[in-house]
Amino acid sequence: MSDLPLVMGIETSCDETGVALVRGCELLGDAVASSVDQHVRFGGVVPEVASRAHLEAMTPTVHRALEQAGAKLSDVDAIAVTAGPGLAGALLVGVSAAKAYAMALGKPLYGVNHLVGHVAVDQLEHGPLPKPTIALLVSGGHTSLLQVNDLATDVVSLGDTVDDAAGEAYDKVARLLDLPYPGGPPIDKAAQRGDSKGIRFPRGKWGDGTYDFSFSGLKTAVARHVEDAERRGDPLVVDDIAAAFQESVVDVLTRKAVDACVEHGVGTLVISGGVAANSALRALAEERCREAGVELRVPRPRLCTDNGAMIAALGAEVVAAGLPASPLDLATDTSLPVNSPLAV
Amino acid sequence: MLLLAFDTATPAVTVAVGESGPDGSFTLRAAAGSVDARRHGELLSPTIVRVTEEAGITLADLDHIAVGIGPGPYTGLRVGLATAHALADALGIPCHGVTTLDALAFATGRAAPFVAMTDARRKEVFWARYDDHLTRVGEVAVDRPAELDTGGLPLVGDGARMYADVLGAGPDSPEPLHPDAAAMAELALLRLHRGEKLPDPQPLYLRRPDAVEPGAPKKVRQWVK
Repeated sequence: MSDLPLVMGIETSCDETGVALVRGCELLGDAVASSVDQHVRFGGVVPEVASRAHLEAMTPTVHRALEQAGAKLSDVDAIAVTAGPGLAGALLVGVSAAKAYAMALGKPLYGVNHLVGHVAVDQLEHGPLPKPTIALLVSGGHTSLLQVNDLATDVVSLGDTVDDAAGEAYDKVARLLDLPYPGGPPIDKAAQRGDSKGIRFPRGKWGDGTYDFSFSGLKTAVARHVEDAERRGDPLVVDDIAAAFQESVVDVLTRKAVDACVEHGVGTLVISGGVAANSALRALAEERCREAGVELRVPRPRLCTDNGAMIAALGAEVVAAGLPASPLDLATDTSLPVNSPLAV
Repeated sequence: MLLLAFDTATPAVTVAVGESGPDGSFTLRAAAGSVDARRHGELLSPTIVRVTEEAGITLADLDHIAVGIGPGPYTGLRVGLATAHALADALGIPCHGVTTLDALAFATGRAAPFVAMTDARRKEVFWARYDDHLTRVGEVAVDRPAELDTGGLPLVGDGARMYADVLGAGPDSPEPLHPDAAAMAELALLRLHRGEKLPDPQPLYLRRPDAVEPGAPKKVRQWVK
């Protein structure tokens, strides 16, 4: 293994400063500094707060990752960094630092795609991905269904959310139900106690013949339900509402993902992104994949959320594919399309 | 002693390599810059490569880094600081901060009092008063030009040019408009030679992030009382 290049991955697209070291499919060091606590009172990520935190955390996080890996900066063979999509000011901190490390160490720089990184990270846990693989990315910022023919060179978008991301819907519904931010874990917990039977919320873009998603109508339906209960003076059964909301989200996500595998004749589904930690999503995906004869791969929660490991993992693929390094005038791209695993 | 200086706290991206002799004499080895407020992240690293090549050195030859710490628009400012932190970290050399307005003031070479100001956006300016090109009086501040008492002193910098009508432009030219890394390198080397402490390479934001805590969620049924 040691003849494979040591790749340092740097991720700053949202509120986590992530740095990791990867050799092939082996994760050697993985450090994350999160500014999530500073965003809680605002009920969402504040870009300027996140950018300030990235600048403070950048070099200390690099050294924590190096220490874990038992490596020195001079051991690094290549540097991969998230070029997009993500928050403009946040991306720029990571890209600026990555360029400086590449310049000073005389090593190649690779600006890579955050979304494809979420798929690539699974290789660190379950080994090389079969080609092709279908991937469902669900997080606070993204809800995308992809066909990954080759991580470094050939990723096709099958569908995307047309409005809110799934994680964003969780955050907004949590606010309606007076649950804390971020909304995923408390809603998941409440839903496990609740019973969805009495309430049926809509399934956005269900059976519309596309692989697109929509969650804003669902969020509005929850708001209506809450307001109606308040108007009637009925007590709000938060656990049951959470269960019905979660059921609607995971039903559409898993149905469309498994349908995509079946329609395209693909035997493997990867689910990644922060929402992949959700217990109901995992359970229903397992059930439906089993029925359809599809292998389900979900990285452990630590690897599903934003981190440097996903960027290093994709960087290692890009290096192995022999793709050209990015120039030092590499620009960040807040809406880098998923069909560009390597930014140009 | 070789020092790389750069600043990205204004619309300019400016880079220089300077050298000081044992007697403190300053030699500018190379400098380059451009003005493009939206492309700091793309321009800075290639300009550093070009300037070090023109100076006939490699990054490994450097002894110090000096970076503009603002104040200045935050996204551009952080490009310089993130670059400086990582370069110094990888090269194992010290990194110093230089207040961007101090570099602008130093470049004027003025011997009498004046005010330096740069654009802070949102109809405000970052500004400071100087007794001469080396001596700042008080702290750097951010204010609306109309609410600012310049004491009738000569004004320099792009902020003075932008708000000349509000500030009452003097007979002097506001040049230089932007900081110049050549002046920043000379100022940093001068201070280091004199044994003075330079600021830490941390950003001078002067404003808090303008985020507001959310109120109650909006009602979706407008007819509900």
